[in-house]
Amino acid sequence: MTTTHTEPLAYPFNEEEGLALNEAYAAAREAEGMIRVRMRHGEPAWLATRYADARLVLGDRRFSRAMSLEKDEPRMSEFRRNGGILTMDPPDHTRLRTLVAKAFTMRRVELLRPRVAELADEFIGDLKRHGQPADLVDLYALPIPVAVICELLGVPVADRPKFRAWSDASLSTSGLTAQESERNREELREYMAGLIAEHRAEPRDDLMTALIEARDVRDRLTELELVDLCVGILVAGHETTASQIPNFVYALLDQHEQWERLCADPSLIPAAVEELLRFVPLGAGAGFARYATEDVQVGDVLVRAGEPVLVAVGAANRDRLQFGEPDRIVLDREDSHHLGFGHGVHHCLGAPLARLELQEALKALTRELPGLHLAGDIVWKTQMLVRGPRAMPIGW
Amino acid sequence: MSWQVEVDQHTCIGSGMCASLMPEVFELDGAVARPLADEVEPDETVLDAADSCPAMAITVTDGSEVVGPRP
Repeated sequence: MTTTHTEPLAYPFNEEEGLALNEAYAAAREAEGMIRVRMRHGEPAWLATRYADARLVLGDRRFSRAMSLEKDEPRMSEFRRNGGILTMDPPDHTRLRTLVAKAFTMRRVELLRPRVAELADEFIGDLKRHGQPADLVDLYALPIPVAVICELLGVPVADRPKFRAWSDASLSTSGLTAQESERNREELREYMAGLIAEHRAEPRDDLMTALIEARDVRDRLTELELVDLCVGILVAGHETTASQIPNFVYALLDQHEQWERLCADPSLIPAAVEELLRFVPLGAGAGFARYATEDVQVGDVLVRAGEPVLVAVGAANRDRLQFGEPDRIVLDREDSHHLGFGHGVHHCLGAPLARLELQEALKALTRELPGLHLAGDIVWKTQMLVRGPRAMPIGW
Repeated sequence: MSWQVEVDQHTCIGSGMCASLMPEVFELDGAVARPLADEVEPDETVLDAADSCPAMAITVTDGSEVVGPRP
């Protein structure tokens, strides 16, 4: 059993440009017990990199997110994000989550498939009309999830330039001062409060109206919780999917025979999406530390009550104890149970919707643009919680 | 009257949602979840678990009627 605290390593490990998994993770996975890391701000933490450790920490109720609010949470920026639902534990977390969970179940989301497919076709049309080279991000990867989440939640798609800027800033890990971050958060809240007021005056058939009813009629959440929940759904509802569409294309082009295989056999697409969710380490590093509420044994380490653990999902998804040939894309890998959407009570609320969007996005691309190739230099996002191209010029 | 809890082994995606919410009722058995007992005492949180399951794999009945997931 290892409980000695050696000098923590500087974290995160991953380069911001590209999608490589830093080799420091492989070393950490092989190390005895978990290793100690320190981010730019906050206290040092344990780093879970093995699949079994990751799943334990994410799924065990003895680990808390709410405790991070009382602690000096490990983080990239000085500003303390109030993660809303992501800084809550049950039963508070359950109260909010169940209000929105129904909108995102597999059954409900499946009903959106024809609409998502239609949107994918529409934006493929935009790419073709634009001509080569075209930016896959701006003309395709971003418009699909933005349109879907806007329609579902009840946000005008025309506001995209406005909320994109706030959304970017809210996920930024760059040198924004605490004041600037605070102002950004308030602007986004104000914008959402305005939309909520419009929906109150004129109820519609969308998720925002349903959440307003949950507050006004059933008193299930506070006004600020309502605003933050809508903000969270809007931001989380498009940013990650918009990053993963070009990330998946990039990963497939990099192992080109996989792209060709997918073009030849579209029935592989659902399995391919799962495999790419496993393979692509989306995060620049782990965030949202889990705090032990009592002493918990994690592998060889006894995590003491009050200590934080960061979970490197991207590394756990390449654990060879769980996945054969973990560093290869195997399109038809059998049920791999990756942690791409996390695990436990905070398992991605929008997972079924993200899956569907990624499937339909890849389906349309492989069908309409099988000759897709890079036609210029990718501009990578930097200083963001999630990695991916900001611009990706393609030809076909 | 107690409730019956079932997890559909074919639709369960092993998200861990139910097992982390109510470890006294659900456990992850390898890749998928299963109820620890066929019957449980009525408890709102069991319905919350059924409501929150992303795969809608949990069914709670009170002997005759389905009580969870709630409509």
